[in-house]
Amino acid sequence: MSFFSWAWDWVTASANWHGQGSIPQQILAHLGYTILPLLIAALIAVPAGVAIGHSRRGAVAAVNLANAARSIPTLGLLVLLAVLLGFSFLTWLLPLVALAIPPILVNAYEGVAGVDPGVKDAARGMGMTSWQQVTRVEVPIALPLILVGLRTGAIFVVATATIAAYIGLGGLGRFIIDGLASNEYGPVAGGALLVVVLAVLVLGFFAVLNRLVVPAGLRSQAKASRTE
Amino acid sequence: MMWSWIPDNWSLIWQLTWETAKLGVLSALYGLIISVPVGIVAARWRWFYPPALIGANVLYGIPSLALFVALIPAFGLTDTTVIIALTIFSICIILPNVVEGLRSVPDAVRQAATAMGYGALRRLVTVELPLASPVIIGGLRVGMVSSISLASIGQLIGVSSLGYLFIDGLQRDFPTEIYVGGLLIIALAVVCDLILVGIRRILTPWQPRREKRSRRVTTVAVRGQAA
Repeated sequence: MSFFSWAWDWVTASANWHGQGSIPQQILAHLGYTILPLLIAALIAVPAGVAIGHSRRGAVAAVNLANAARSIPTLGLLVLLAVLLGFSFLTWLLPLVALAIPPILVNAYEGVAGVDPGVKDAARGMGMTSWQQVTRVEVPIALPLILVGLRTGAIFVVATATIAAYIGLGGLGRFIIDGLASNEYGPVAGGALLVVVLAVLVLGFFAVLNRLVVPAGLRSQAKASRTE
Repeated sequence: MMWSWIPDNWSLIWQLTWETAKLGVLSALYGLIISVPVGIVAARWRWFYPPALIGANVLYGIPSLALFVALIPAFGLTDTTVIIALTIFSICIILPNVVEGLRSVPDAVRQAATAMGYGALRRLVTVELPLASPVIIGGLRVGMVSSISLASIGQLIGVSSLGYLFIDGLQRDFPTEIYVGGLLIIALAVVCDLILVGIRRILTPWQPRREKRSRRVTTVAVRGQAA
């Protein structure tokens, strides 16, 4: 039997959709573990990235730090906090926030730093204050990249929340970890499939968000440059 | 921190480090070997690139544990499963860099090579690939660091790596093991990264000593991979 037939049989078995620890419950738990860290990371990293991109201060240090953070094994950080702090909410929150910050920060920085200097000059020439330049010109132009950063951060967190089941959390990783422990491949495959579906839904959500919040002029420009 | 644990378990630590290095480095190198020809095709026949990029982005969104699990029926709880999954992630990171690198070769350079009588293959091998190599190696660096870091997740399906120290440390409530595992993974990633920087310097003596990356390339390189 292949991965998909195992996964399909398990996901479509109605017994798995009811009661304690059922599929809908774990999907909701997984979303909870995703949204809170992502919001916190965004509140820290978007303003920081925009500020660095606007002022150009500390840019090299921030980008290098964010790149270096990639080598930190999240599983290690997670189990370390579990041992040091016990099972408090900080145990899962801190690694997930730390994981989401680098991509959001770097993309916000790249987006704002990459705004055409001519456009910035025009904004200043029209008498905009520094604050107005940032909020009305630089951030809207940087929005596509800021969204790429948020999307990457969201994918990281969705993926890693799976691992968090290893230290006893709920979420879709529960099915994978428990299935592996009891040598049942059905929930393992089903849980993995649901995580992938969730990740694809996140990608779709950001595609829709991109259409809704990116200024229309910027979108048509992107389309024009793509067809060139 | 219990320092005496380290010399007492020296051979175990050394073996796990070696296994992690093997998983991470091999996956990144396989990723490079596959990405270069595919990237050459994608840079030449432009219609091929957008679907390849979308495919890479979707694959890249798959959690590593889920991909390991999906490969278990075919390859079992073995090194092969982990290496194939990490190779797929590496391709997602390296392939866009190969294409960007080849596309960033100035047209004038290409035309000069043609005017000097270079055929397509000779131009590709002796002019375009060397000029693209800093960007390609940039992608390889990201792929290798992420693969080394991700290899530890393989421990959850029983494939031995430094991840063993995390799991054992959690079960025995023994932070020293977790510190050692984490620091060795980071150290391994740093060493491999420095080796690749050295290789790039030897291969591209015309480049300035300090790294100069275009904005576009940094954005590509920022991606990396989560768990």
